[in-house]
Amino acid sequence: MSEELISANHAAATAAALAGRANRRGRGFLSGLYPITPSTECMELLCAQDLEKGQVVRVESEHSAMAVCIGAAAAGARTFTATSSNGLAYMAENAIAAALLRLPVVMMVANRTLGPPWNVWADHGDSLLLRDAGWVQLYCADNQEVLDSILCAYRLAEDPRLLLPVMVCQEGFVLSHTVVQTDVPEQEAVDRFLPPLDLRTRLSAEARVLGGIDSPHVTEVHRAQHQDAMARVFDVYGEVQDSFQAVFGRRPPDPVVAHHAEDAETLVISMGAIASTVDRVVDAARARGRRVGSLRVRLLRPFPSGLLARLLRGASRVAVIDRDISLGLGGVLWAEGRAQAPRSALVQGYVTGLGGGDPRPSHVEAILDDLAAREASGEPVLLEAGT
Amino acid sequence: MTLVLRPGNSNCGGCGMSSALQLFGRAVEERPVQLVVPACCGAVMAGSFPYATLGVPTVLSTFASAAAVATGLSRVARQNEEATRIVCFAGDGGTYDIGMATLSAAAERNEDVLYLCYDNEVYGNTGGQRSSATPAGASTTSTPRGKIEPKKDILGILAAHRIPYAASVSLAHAEDGLRKMRHALDLSGFRFLHVLSPCPTGWKSEPALGLELVRLAVRSGLYPVVEIHEGRRLRINVEPDFSDEALEIYLSLQRRFQGSGIRAADLRPDIDRYWRELRARSGRIVPAERTA
Repeated sequence: MSEELISANHAAATAAALAGRANRRGRGFLSGLYPITPSTECMELLCAQDLEKGQVVRVESEHSAMAVCIGAAAAGARTFTATSSNGLAYMAENAIAAALLRLPVVMMVANRTLGPPWNVWADHGDSLLLRDAGWVQLYCADNQEVLDSILCAYRLAEDPRLLLPVMVCQEGFVLSHTVVQTDVPEQEAVDRFLPPLDLRTRLSAEARVLGGIDSPHVTEVHRAQHQDAMARVFDVYGEVQDSFQAVFGRRPPDPVVAHHAEDAETLVISMGAIASTVDRVVDAARARGRRVGSLRVRLLRPFPSGLLARLLRGASRVAVIDRDISLGLGGVLWAEGRAQAPRSALVQGYVTGLGGGDPRPSHVEAILDDLAAREASGEPVLLEAGT
Repeated sequence: MTLVLRPGNSNCGGCGMSSALQLFGRAVEERPVQLVVPACCGAVMAGSFPYATLGVPTVLSTFASAAAVATGLSRVARQNEEATRIVCFAGDGGTYDIGMATLSAAAERNEDVLYLCYDNEVYGNTGGQRSSATPAGASTTSTPRGKIEPKKDILGILAAHRIPYAASVSLAHAEDGLRKMRHALDLSGFRFLHVLSPCPTGWKSEPALGLELVRLAVRSGLYPVVEIHEGRRLRINVEPDFSDEALEIYLSLQRRFQGSGIRAADLRPDIDRYWRELRARSGRIVPAERTA
């Protein structure tokens, strides 16, 4: 293990290369990549790596980047791609295909708002576009978590009980371009954590059609199998956490990361890097004797309903902060999470930090004040934090 | 011979894609082959899960993605020192239109992929709309009065990528076609085969007359049978007699040309111009003009 000063893009590329090399005794590694801000640097760094039985294909579009991963995964290789924003939207058709074909592709998304009008800054709207696509979605709050999550993502994706593609999301620029000290594991340790991929369903010499036509009933069965696999993610992730800790000596965060939640009357739910700002405000409020806590949803798909409901049990007031908006409804996290709060609790949604708006501690304090002053919940509040 | 197309498939009677696959199966012989079929009639033909109409391992890709999915399969096969030939089997919609960027990029990267386009000149699966491979004068459900624009020169486009091999295959000239398919299977790098593929449903023609229609298209000069090595050396494989009568019969045997009333005389100037270009590129001294 060595400490390096790297960005989250760099961490992602490093993790992908480590995972790729770990499959050198398997069928190797292939990555289809196409540049888009702010994930570009991840591509550039991977293109400069010595991959050892691995290659990067510099394709002409994100759509083809995922198609290359589909072909390579169908051939039994470990695969990776990275993208952002409109790149992910353009890739969507093949991202859905990868999931429905149950191929263990891993993708890093450096979150960026969708356009035009063009804006390169962060919100979660791009990856949430694909929340129903059958991918496991992890949202990270720091660079170390990005690196660790990509290694964990391969264990999840390739587990024969799952066979699900995994998307590791991190906010563009906020994390993608922010350089911090990160533990980079040795190849030998990654080799122990990530055994070579043995994809039994891969295309071989046997005459078989991958992706053949489904009748309505077969589609119903395939979706039920996919849903069942999603439900198994929680248990498998627990095993992956244990195994990661045994090899690397640190534990990847839980599907929902609780901060001072145990006795909290007021809980703030958020996702991604905003949670670290929330945690600071919570610490300050605790110092003033307020029973406030924070819940960070790290695993959005499958949605950790049970875990969230348990953690919300004692709360009387809940603020849900979304860095995204489902236009015509409100924040996605709010829409999905509010049902898990106790009936007696007041749950209010706040949307902030869209298109790179920068929610600071003062914004979170304003949210807490608004929540405390409420007699009832109302329509989601859109809180501007941009400059 | 590998039975690429198994009996019991759901293809229309007289389907040119079926004939192309029969010929391709003969060319494959014992070579290990994996197919990539994008959304097209070929995807419907491939059969309902869990059955397989195709006798070789196959991935069905999204419409625009065949050449990129094939890239993934091919790179991994080579990385594992496997000789498996990766073959795209795509219609004209997935080749000329929606898959063009993917195809061009794979050709530019010179991926070790054989791309076979069975060109039935129409969107068949969706019930017969125009594609950019539909010839001028042909009625489709989206050009009810006949398409105005001539079809794309797909072989010219691929040759401009300077790929190792690009050729047109006539189903009515099976030996030439078989030779080209075998040659293309054994080369490495990006290879492209174009197969004019009669579609009785879209062409509104007699199912039994498919091969005869191809023969007429070749004879009249409408469908040049050529091969291009490295994007430079062009060889004309079948010499037409440029019969206007053959062209007239070709048009009259397909109801898709009736609405526009297009005639041989309307097509002839473009055919002649194209053949002058072909002659020039083939480097052979031949008559520049057809004599009556």
